[in-house]
Amino acid sequence: MDSGLLRDLEQFLGSSSVLSQPEDVVLYEYDGSVEKGRPDIVVFPATTQEVSHIVKLAAKHRAPIVGRGAGTGLSGGALARTGGVMIVFARMNRILSIDPQNQRAVVQPGVVNFDLSLAAAPHGLYFAPDPSSQKSCTIGGNVAENAGGPHTLAYGVTTNHVTALELVLPDGEVVRVGNGQGDAPGYDLTGLFVGSEGTLALVTEITVKLSRKPEAVETLLAIFDSVDDAAETVVDVTARAIIPAACEMLDGWTLRVVEDFVHAGFPRDSAAVLLLEVEGLREAVAAQARAIAEVSNAHHAREVRLARDNAERELLWKGRKNAFGALGRLAPSNYVLDGVIPRTKLPQTLRRIREIGARYGFDICNIFHAGDGNLHPIVLYDPRDRGQFEHAMQASAEIIRYCVAVGGALTGEHGIGMEKSELMPLLFSDADFDLMRRVHDAFNPACLLNPGKIFPLSKGCGEIRVGSRAPSDSRPSAT
Amino acid sequence: MASAISNFAPRLESAIGASHVSADPSVCSAYVVDEMTPSAVAKPDSAEEVAEIVRFAALEKLSLIPCGHRTKLRIGMPPSRYDVALDMTGLQQIAHYDPGDLTVSVDAGTNFNDLAAPLHRQKQFLPLSVPFYFDSTIAGIIASGVDSSLRHAYGTARDFLIGAEFVDGTGRICKSGGRVVKNVSGYDLHKLLIGSLGTLAVITRLNFRTFPAAPSSRGLVLSFPAPENAFALSNLVEQSPLRPASIDVVSPQLFKLFLEAEKNSPELPAAPLQGKVPADSWHLCVSIEGTSEVCDRASGEFTRIAALPEAKHSQLLTLDEAEGADLWHYLGQSVPLLLEASAETAVFKITIPPSRLALLVEHLRTLADQASLAHAMLTRACGVVYFALLPPAGEPSRPAPAPLHRLAEPAAAVFSLCASENAYATLPWCPTQLKREANVWGLDSVAPASGQPVPLPSLALMRRLKAAFDPQNLFAPGRFLV
Repeated sequence: MDSGLLRDLEQFLGSSSVLSQPEDVVLYEYDGSVEKGRPDIVVFPATTQEVSHIVKLAAKHRAPIVGRGAGTGLSGGALARTGGVMIVFARMNRILSIDPQNQRAVVQPGVVNFDLSLAAAPHGLYFAPDPSSQKSCTIGGNVAENAGGPHTLAYGVTTNHVTALELVLPDGEVVRVGNGQGDAPGYDLTGLFVGSEGTLALVTEITVKLSRKPEAVETLLAIFDSVDDAAETVVDVTARAIIPAACEMLDGWTLRVVEDFVHAGFPRDSAAVLLLEVEGLREAVAAQARAIAEVSNAHHAREVRLARDNAERELLWKGRKNAFGALGRLAPSNYVLDGVIPRTKLPQTLRRIREIGARYGFDICNIFHAGDGNLHPIVLYDPRDRGQFEHAMQASAEIIRYCVAVGGALTGEHGIGMEKSELMPLLFSDADFDLMRRVHDAFNPACLLNPGKIFPLSKGCGEIRVGSRAPSDSRPSAT
Repeated sequence: MASAISNFAPRLESAIGASHVSADPSVCSAYVVDEMTPSAVAKPDSAEEVAEIVRFAALEKLSLIPCGHRTKLRIGMPPSRYDVALDMTGLQQIAHYDPGDLTVSVDAGTNFNDLAAPLHRQKQFLPLSVPFYFDSTIAGIIASGVDSSLRHAYGTARDFLIGAEFVDGTGRICKSGGRVVKNVSGYDLHKLLIGSLGTLAVITRLNFRTFPAAPSSRGLVLSFPAPENAFALSNLVEQSPLRPASIDVVSPQLFKLFLEAEKNSPELPAAPLQGKVPADSWHLCVSIEGTSEVCDRASGEFTRIAALPEAKHSQLLTLDEAEGADLWHYLGQSVPLLLEASAETAVFKITIPPSRLALLVEHLRTLADQASLAHAMLTRACGVVYFALLPPAGEPSRPAPAPLHRLAEPAAAVFSLCASENAYATLPWCPTQLKREANVWGLDSVAPASGQPVPLPSLALMRRLKAAFDPQNLFAPGRFLV
């Protein structure tokens, strides 16, 4: 790394806002994925103008730049794949305004997702995208990855809730796209930038929609003796035009370890449970809950429980949202996959995942957003065994290939990042890559912003230097 | 233009077959855009043929305007060049529909009704009952970026368009997104096609998530003598636990057009509006979807709301599904009705935070009154105003030496009013002559501080994007970005 750049950055920001010692920057070489990538310099700007100036300094020294929120991402999106400067948004964490009447909030990228919902709660409002990491992940990161969560089934993912952005382009220019209402004239640049994984611009301010809390909520737990029955129930719920606010599945492996850890009341001897939530007017909620119970019973549910109160509802959700942490009890490490399939293909895909696991000799747990066909198979492995790691990656790639083969996609909510860039040709042709490349170059022509992400290395920027992938330490992941 | 025809039409014929190309002036005249007539019409049957035509156009440096049933080609600036009309109605089939997945994949030129019918049989639908929808292709609806009342509950196309296949300016078939409802694989390029007027790429196929149709619906109309009460009550409804499918306010003048349409309709209305509601009122129109219990609850809430002091002098009308069908049909077709009302109708689309709607409407009424122009308005509770100026027939434009269109000054006044109110105005529907004096995208109103056009500080980014999709500027040049 150019020592001139470090000097320039320290001079501009002050040394307390710049890290460059190996023991400091090593803390930023990982995220929630199995990937690694160490930045040379980590900076903590406090304003848009500082971000713009940092970007200009980095451009002058031709250093790559990577934005980072809380580092909870699961595809290596916030890792410095080719070194360079990492811009951490921890100090840009203010909620700039909440406009209850128009149901909008303007936030800085470092605001934690759940903190916005807390701040909006007195107005009866909340921020709908709710990734499982919502108590630590930032809205800037949600925007970059177009994050989802359990309740996106009814309410949509991050992109459906963002109406305007302030951006810093790789040349330091500050631009606003979209507007408060979301109907800005011209091309939908906001729609392009959300989910572009930090490869087109850095986001420094976000205008989001706030949703009104529903009048009534019912949470149901449907318990099954067979995974197939649970999967068929999901297919049938959708087919009968019931759109729950959330529809999550935990298979036997997962629910047992979660039960031991959280004591959420999942029967240890069941094969799968569905956690379903319906929201809206009292009258609508009662009818939907009845319909869901009927469908579940038609598919041989052992029992359908209705959460009696808020405490029971929260306990059930605690079981779901802490499941990834609980899985740490089963194996030294786990690899969380993110695949998405057409919902009708759920039963056959779950069977195929079991076959693939058996063939490679892994236990693969499933805990996922069943309602929208968004799978999260979790491969349990021991990272100290290099062979196991390689096999885990192979089994995972096979699962993702199967998702694509049945009409699905590579990722539903975690992003491509550096994890799946080499799988992109499964979905996209040379013509697709050429166009994506031209769009990329329209904003990020020198490839200084988050290089080595989304595009396969053979179709990415010319000069990428990439280290080999190494397994990370065992840590519970957050999704 | 005659020499251009003799130059390229035979070669285009040999590229895609004579039956797919016509240079007959009587055929071409049906494809006029803002008084410009193309030299040829090409009607491909497949995405491959579209790609062939685009490669041909790239080679010969010809400009193309893709179109469907041509009901919304008036939107946009006049094209700077227009050689070939690309009639996409030959691409019509439902490529994939699995009701269990609630997704559908449909070719660009498919008529909206031909798509709606099979969805309806499965009790599903797409919330795209936009102006002219019954006579629109699905890609025309998407490319023109028009909205419907149902956006209140279902969002706009960007919320349920999940993937697309299209031909870029290099003549290659590209795609983005997919057929699943949740997907972050690659850039969301399909979102850019919404409202792009064919300037980025030629859409060949679109993938949507579909929605289950509600078992029943109910219409609730609260009529007020003054607009401010209608907006105040609209806010109350919005903040109630009801989750209406749509909330719109119809101005008295627009409602008169509904009544006229009803009178002239060949079919007998199921529940005539005439006489049911006070004609000279502002009407808050709310639709509720759900089970009969949900609809009954909404009726009850409305009876309560109508008794509030804020609703003094109001009149409540409750319509069941069949009775409400006509009113919501007219509401959805407000723009066509406005365009029929005067040969020179100009319809602005303005977006503003909902809390400032009432004030903006007041300013717009004053502005129209000062210009002695009839006007009509449709406002959506999410903060969208369709504001129409309706000049009477026959009045000449101002005489030489400065023959300004008679709406030029009022239009400029609307744009500048919106700029000062921090609202975003465009002029999607207006006479071609007016476009010569007013930029319909509002790009004439420049922010004093930045020197950037008020509605589009990101104009430069959009130009870069256009160049990335269409490096030779073949697609609908001038219609949106120069």
